[in-house]
Amino acid sequence: MFKNAFYLYYDGFRSMVVGRTLWKIIFIKLFIMFAILKLFFFPDFLATNFATDAERADHVLNNLTRPSSGNH
Amino acid sequence: MIEQIDLTMVNWARATFALTAMYHWIFVPLTLGLSFICAFFESIYVKTGDEQWKKLTRFWMTLFGINFAIGVATGIILEFEFGTNWSNYSWMVGDIFGAPLAIEGLAAFFLEATFFAVMFFGWNRVSKKAHLFATWMVAVGSNLSAVWILIANGWMQNPVGMKFNPDLARFEMTDFGALVFSPVAISHFVHVTSSAFLYASLFVVAVSSWYLLKKRHIQFAKRSLTVACTFGLLASLFVAYTGDEHAYHAANVQPMKLAAMEGLYDGEAPAGLVAAGLLNFSKKPGDDEDSFIFKVKIPMVLSLLANRDINSFVPGINDLVYGNTAENIMGVEEKMVRGKLAVAGLGDYKAAQNVGDQLAASKALTLFEKNSDYLGYGYLDSAEQAVPYVPLIFYSFRVMVGLGTFFIFLFAAYLYLLYKDQLEKQPLLLKLGAFSFFLGLVAHEAGWIVTEVGRQPWAIQDLLPVTIARSNLDAGTVEVTFFMFLILFTALLIAELKIMTKQISIGPEGD
Repeated sequence: MFKNAFYLYYDGFRSMVVGRTLWKIIFIKLFIMFAILKLFFFPDFLATNFATDAERADHVLNNLTRPSSGNH
Repeated sequence: MIEQIDLTMVNWARATFALTAMYHWIFVPLTLGLSFICAFFESIYVKTGDEQWKKLTRFWMTLFGINFAIGVATGIILEFEFGTNWSNYSWMVGDIFGAPLAIEGLAAFFLEATFFAVMFFGWNRVSKKAHLFATWMVAVGSNLSAVWILIANGWMQNPVGMKFNPDLARFEMTDFGALVFSPVAISHFVHVTSSAFLYASLFVVAVSSWYLLKKRHIQFAKRSLTVACTFGLLASLFVAYTGDEHAYHAANVQPMKLAAMEGLYDGEAPAGLVAAGLLNFSKKPGDDEDSFIFKVKIPMVLSLLANRDINSFVPGINDLVYGNTAENIMGVEEKMVRGKLAVAGLGDYKAAQNVGDQLAASKALTLFEKNSDYLGYGYLDSAEQAVPYVPLIFYSFRVMVGLGTFFIFLFAAYLYLLYKDQLEKQPLLLKLGAFSFFLGLVAHEAGWIVTEVGRQPWAIQDLLPVTIARSNLDAGTVEVTFFMFLILFTALLIAELKIMTKQISIGPEGD
């Protein structure tokens, strides 16, 4: 059964025509999203700036109880 | 309008989310609907044994695969934005939001992904019935993903089944059933998925109409149209029915959204539905200006839509903002007073906990819990901030409903002419059909504008406005990511259009 499953994917990927182009696009897209955008432009704000859940909760509570103006 | 745009972090964050969500929504509904259309085509093939239906199925499946590949992971960007631009929101709703998204990933994605390989690679390796089963599972799996994300969005519109933990500043789920079976979430899901079926049917109509205009693959096109127009007609009728249900629920839990959809400033009983009209753009809540320059109104229909009672009162924006004691409506101004008490109670509770004063903490907690339903209003600076941008919602709603009505007649006309075998002789209708896929996209995006702009200023209805939901980031950072996404998604869209149009021009024989 595992052999059949393996060859399903193996033969399937080898015989792709349109699929080859699509997979290239998928890999480029995922690389841009995870290796560039996520890494450099989309850090998890709370995970990056605070070490513990207690600190994160405290930060959010500060925002809830002493909100700054929406304008910068 | 441009001179009124306030270029602050929250608005760039909203714009970025809107941009990425609208791009995401170009690809997703085609996946949701075309997966089922392919399943129908293949079912006919398996039933009849006619190899022409197999060729037809494989052609549409190739187009499905192209759209799927381009669209896949565009939704992940939205989750990036939650963590970076909307960190307060992410922290507060993680317990609620995380569950549906986790189930989406574990169940729906795995189901879809597993059978996806069999669907594309298994044509000559598994039996006809096994392959057909795989195709249906891909359709079911992709639509199951939609269930969970729309449950999450439904919760934002009508937050239920949770309790706020003041120690952790998190909403904690208390009733999973309330979340999943929320009437708002259910009506949201059925309306959105049926609109996706309509959209995918329009895609098949567009491509097939183009083939008929070019006098290519005529039999193929007619067969595709027969199935797609039947599916599309049923879907468009169901969209109309579920849209009515959706508006009914909006009237009950988001009356401001309904009032904005109608440009209704002063409540009425009975209330008529504005079929068409030209808004007075200078109209503001509380002033004496007419809200319309002209309008065409259908008497009593709004009362029927909102409350299932043709004589019932439907509140307007002014009733909701300033209150209406005769109709027992608490205005935003009064809600703001209670909301500020909730905010003060929360602050006092935190301060008392920090110094270990349990008596003061208990008193503060009582004050908070007594007013917690109005927490979000405590962050508004003026009552008028509770009003979303009426013109955008009003016109988007009419675009959506108008086009939705048109599609019913389009599918019916196609089916009638197919039955009479006269469709090829109608070049104008075929050109309209080819163009209608774009109209379907416009209707779709208009619908999302109604539902998401209509809930502003709320990230969570009544509990958390967007100005508090956001992260404390510099606006410039978010502005950069907005333009990066604009470039990335436009590139993806161009790639899809090029690959898709190439495959369509090759046609089914090229498969």
